[in-house]
Amino acid sequence: MKPVFKKSYPIKKRDFVQAGTASIGIKNLLKSMGINSQIVRRIAVCGYEGEMNTVMHGGDGQLSIEMSSDLIIIEVIDNGPGIEDIEKAMEKGFSTAAQEYREMGFGAGMGLPNMEKNADSIEITSEKFKETRVKMMFSLVDEQGGPN
Amino acid sequence: MKLAEIVSVLDASPLVKENDKQLNSSITTGGSSDLMSDILAGLSEGCLLLTGLTNIQVIRTAMISGVGAVVFVRGKIPPEDVIELAQTENIPLYTTPCSMFVSCGRLYAHGITGLDGNR
Repeated sequence: MKPVFKKSYPIKKRDFVQAGTASIGIKNLLKSMGINSQIVRRIAVCGYEGEMNTVMHGGDGQLSIEMSSDLIIIEVIDNGPGIEDIEKAMEKGFSTAAQEYREMGFGAGMGLPNMEKNADSIEITSEKFKETRVKMMFSLVDEQGGPN
Repeated sequence: MKLAEIVSVLDASPLVKENDKQLNSSITTGGSSDLMSDILAGLSEGCLLLTGLTNIQVIRTAMISGVGAVVFVRGKIPPEDVIELAQTENIPLYTTPCSMFVSCGRLYAHGITGLDGNR
């Protein structure tokens, strides 16, 4: 992929109030570029769930977008504590989130499954106590807007 | 159903400045949840969101997923910063004295479907 555009947004751990602003920034950016609205929505949902995961579980991190003429890649990176069992984390309903986040409307084990559902493909790499990377790919070739 | 009719059916009060264009817009689907991931996972574009949750992430969820209007149930009124964000982002925001159950029942009786269009 030949990137034509790249941008990163910082995410602060436990900053529940600001969470979501990076994804909204990306949504507005893609909308202004005239990208298919269904694809924009899928990307925004994935970014937002990723931001919430970082705020709830991760350390400080970032949400980045990389774009070429036929592909958009969104990546959420945080500096720890890592996911112990990725397979388990992908299960609907599995969560290690604190009760306070559940009361805030998140942390019910829907984030990663939701990201998997909305992205064309997803790659998760994580190292315990170090970092987690969630990379999601969205094809711009399918004019129908894909699976959602 | 027009948003104006929904407001009337729910005896809802506006929390942000109303505008005619939005009041005349048609809403056919509804989702009721205190779990924002449920709304993000569903086909929530243009839907009515009923919730008992009143934090800032309700508005961010509405912005991300393109929710048509938000109604807080059980007479809840969110903090000022939540109302301000909805006002800035032009998201119709209401509060109804009805419970979640009664709100859903009234809207169902008027033909509103679930997010997936099922009844």
